[in-house]
Amino acid sequence: MKFFEDIRVGESDELGRHVFTAEEIKSFAARFDPQPFHLDEDAAARSHFGRLCASGWQTACVLMRLLIDLRRREDDARRARGEAVAQLGPSPGFRELQWLKPVYVGDTVAYRTEVVEARRSNSRPGWGVITVRNSGVNQNGEAVISFVSTAFVECRSATPPSE
Amino acid sequence: MPRLHWEDFSSGQIFDCGSRLVSREEIVGFAAEFDPQPMHLDEQAARATFPGGLIASGWHTCCALMRMLSDNLLADTSFMGAPGVEEVRWLAPLRPGERINARGTVLETRTSRNRPGLGFVKFRFELINGSGRTLMTLVVHSMFGRLAARAGAEPHTQSQP
Repeated sequence: MKFFEDIRVGESDELGRHVFTAEEIKSFAARFDPQPFHLDEDAAARSHFGRLCASGWQTACVLMRLLIDLRRREDDARRARGEAVAQLGPSPGFRELQWLKPVYVGDTVAYRTEVVEARRSNSRPGWGVITVRNSGVNQNGEAVISFVSTAFVECRSATPPSE
Repeated sequence: MPRLHWEDFSSGQIFDCGSRLVSREEIVGFAAEFDPQPMHLDEQAARATFPGGLIASGWHTCCALMRMLSDNLLADTSFMGAPGVEEVRWLAPLRPGERINARGTVLETRTSRNRPGLGFVKFRFELINGSGRTLMTLVVHSMFGRLAARAGAEPHTQSQP
């Protein structure tokens, strides 16, 4: 992870794409979200969705995985260059999670993250709090998921630079 | 026919949504699949991190709640999914071996402007550990099929703003 001081509001990253297979949709749903329209093609056809579609939680979890994978690749590259790596801390939560369109079996979702706010933590000296908007669009360019989340990021120096 | 429809929910109702024991194995397994950060994967590595020990991914906590709701509240209802989640707060970490209880409060109910066949129920769910500490709160607008639509009794439903 970049240090807090190096993160700028407005910067964004493409996180990569994911294809949602029937097998994966059903496996996730069986464990965490066993609704008929996530588990079974026939039941989904009879539902308001019309076709098998992924749990919204799966759409979000796949984003998380792609985000962590990207940060790991970046950290490996930093270490290879002999640079220090900042710790990514836990998240206090998220808001405005919207599942804008169903993610149907066979859909490809491209994910993205953008920094919308960055400030030093009042409660944890040496840490910053960044707010990002995470989103995903399907192969037709339609937005399928969007949410705003916050996370702690380590600062390079414990004290803010003097003005 | 489902046991509960949109009409059966009203503001102020409280639902006990069961309990679940979350094992170390489940925490590490979820993290390896969806959130492979040291604080969710390995005790030794987690000690050097901000939380200072192994904790469940917040997404895992959400998914565990979803499973509890599915089994104990939504099963046998006219649940039709949710368009989104207004807010999730991860207030305290979920640690290995903890038993969590879920409780849901109905905050409001409303009909759909465009879709007379369904209505919205706004819930606040809380996940509470064995010490009575609230680990997470989640506010969601869930969709449920309407009994009126099923019966065809209200073809011209008055919609609310």
